[in-house]
Amino acid sequence: MATKKKTDWSKDVFKVLKKADVQQIAYVPDAGHTSLIKMAIADNAIKPVSLTSEQEGVAVLAGAWLGGEAGALLMQSSGVGNVINMLGMANECRFPLLMLVTMRGEWGEFNPWQVPMGQATESVLEASGVIVHRVDEPSEIAETVEAAAKLAFEGGRMVAVLIGQRVVGFKDWTK
Amino acid sequence: MAARRKITLDRRKVVGQLLKDRGDLLLVTGLGAPTWDAAAVGDHPNNFYLWGGMGGAVLTGLGLALAQPKRRVLVMTGDGEMLMGVGGLATVAVQKPSNLAICIIDNQRYGETGMQETHTAHGVDLPAMAAGAGFQTALTVYTAKELSAAIPVLHSQPGPVFIDIKVTDSPQSMTLPPRDGPTLKHRFRENLLGQI
Amino acid sequence: MAVKSKTPYTLQRRKVVQRILEDRGDAAVVTGIGNAVHDVASANDDPKNMYLAGIMGGAAMVAFGVALAQPKRRILVITGDGELLAGIGSLATIGVEQPKNLSIIVIDNQAYGATGNQHTHTGRGVDLVGIAAASGFKKTALITTEAELEAELPRIHNQPGPYFAVVKVVSKTSPRINAPKDGTYVSRRFRAAVTGESA
Ligand SMILES: Cc1ncc(C[n+]2csc(CCOP(=O)(O)OP(=O)(O)O)c2C)c(N)n1
Ligand SMILES: [Mg+2]
Repeated sequence: MATKKKTDWSKDVFKVLKKADVQQIAYVPDAGHTSLIKMAIADNAIKPVSLTSEQEGVAVLAGAWLGGEAGALLMQSSGVGNVINMLGMANECRFPLLMLVTMRGEWGEFNPWQVPMGQATESVLEASGVIVHRVDEPSEIAETVEAAAKLAFEGGRMVAVLIGQRVVGFKDWTK
Repeated sequence: MAARRKITLDRRKVVGQLLKDRGDLLLVTGLGAPTWDAAAVGDHPNNFYLWGGMGGAVLTGLGLALAQPKRRVLVMTGDGEMLMGVGGLATVAVQKPSNLAICIIDNQRYGETGMQETHTAHGVDLPAMAAGAGFQTALTVYTAKELSAAIPVLHSQPGPVFIDIKVTDSPQSMTLPPRDGPTLKHRFRENLLGQI
Repeated sequence: MAVKSKTPYTLQRRKVVQRILEDRGDAAVVTGIGNAVHDVASANDDPKNMYLAGIMGGAAMVAFGVALAQPKRRILVITGDGELLAGIGSLATIGVEQPKNLSIIVIDNQAYGATGNQHTHTGRGVDLVGIAAASGFKKTALITTEAELEAELPRIHNQPGPYFAVVKVVSKTSPRINAPKDGTYVSRRFRAAVTGESA
């Protein structure tokens, strides 16, 4: 897995988020989101919100939208398990919600504990009413996020972009 | 909020000291580096390693402590893992398990995912939160001397006790213990109960 | 286990919430699930109220998001002890972020009032004020009397935050009122009112 590749898609995704006027970026870290998180922190126009648990992020972004701002929530697939109940609010109130989920528990996974949630991620999100865009090709991540942002913010929907483990890589991964 | 003091303790050495005279201690570790630390200082059938379930280590320890009231149970986890399930401190305090000790290996970082800062790097004081939750003993350790004093507290003072050990964020070699969940479970139960 | 023994507290939750909202000015209010919804709706059904009738544990973070987006406006959270406990890690997140315009008021009956008055942790040694202070809240208060409530009102509404108060109230069920419960309606109404844009 080339580090350069990783950074490249993050840069493009960040541009897309800026273009979509995202002002709050809430996250629980994942190695796959490392550079995106760094860019969010470095950008003065973005309010980065580090969370104790992913569920907090769904609520923050609901509040952001109520207050007139758009946001994005970054997490790894295990975090999807933490957000399910909170998604009920976004669903019921038809809040726009953009989630970028880096996948674990699939392509080349070495930690068996990641597998159950990773395998359930897509269907659990769909069962909760989230529209899922999955992407496994680095060159398609930015455009997928762009489409997802549009669908979320303009179409008024909950949208998750699942970024395949094949893209974020699995070597040297331990957690 | 916690006073800022210089952090010098090395996590591996801390964990080595902590587990040196472990006796029949039952150990639950939170995912990530605390698990590698425990494995590095010596794998043991009385260790139950979490490789996932972030936010669940303390409550796993609580259930074990309630089920095994005569055995000392130590939960050793990271600051990020603890913060994700911090409400568990209130649940533990209400249960008052006298055999449960919680020890945070606090590097103020999400070590596993790229060393992003956790809330403990920004003034959040976990022992004060534990005290607020009702822990009678909730301490922060910065120095080797404080560590020596804290070890007997973790091993034998009537619980629940909570100790936050500030460690540097220097990278460590990785020692991976068994990761197959059923294997870990069977091994642990067999050693503890004589059956799986 | 339902709360049978009477707590030593005398404040009535409806009156407390009514009193706090009398001085709200142009503040926005986010309620947590449970009786807080009915307390706020019965006192003052304002378009700048966001009633959360679900997502237990989420009220503080919803309000935090609003506080970031609306830095010039005061944002009040009015919620219950059980709701706050369900998302207690949020206090640490808010303590780190230090939003100046956010006040959290916990109406603490030491019980899950909405589901049959089972004990919460707050009646059994858990000190929410202490946890908030440990999380980095600059200003915290425990309110048990009318005089204390009066003294705290200016801080609730104006003290640079994040501000956190627990108001201990009698554990008595108060009647439910017909709070607007359509989330899409309430949220559009709220957003239009706080942003000045049309819904
Ligand atoms: C629900 C969930 N969210 C995020 C992750 C990704 N993750 C794995 S380990 C880790 C960091 C843990 O940090 P800490 O507990 O402080 O341990 P350290 O490695 O710093 O000792 C994170 C964020 C996860 N496994 N599960
Ligand atoms: Mg850590």
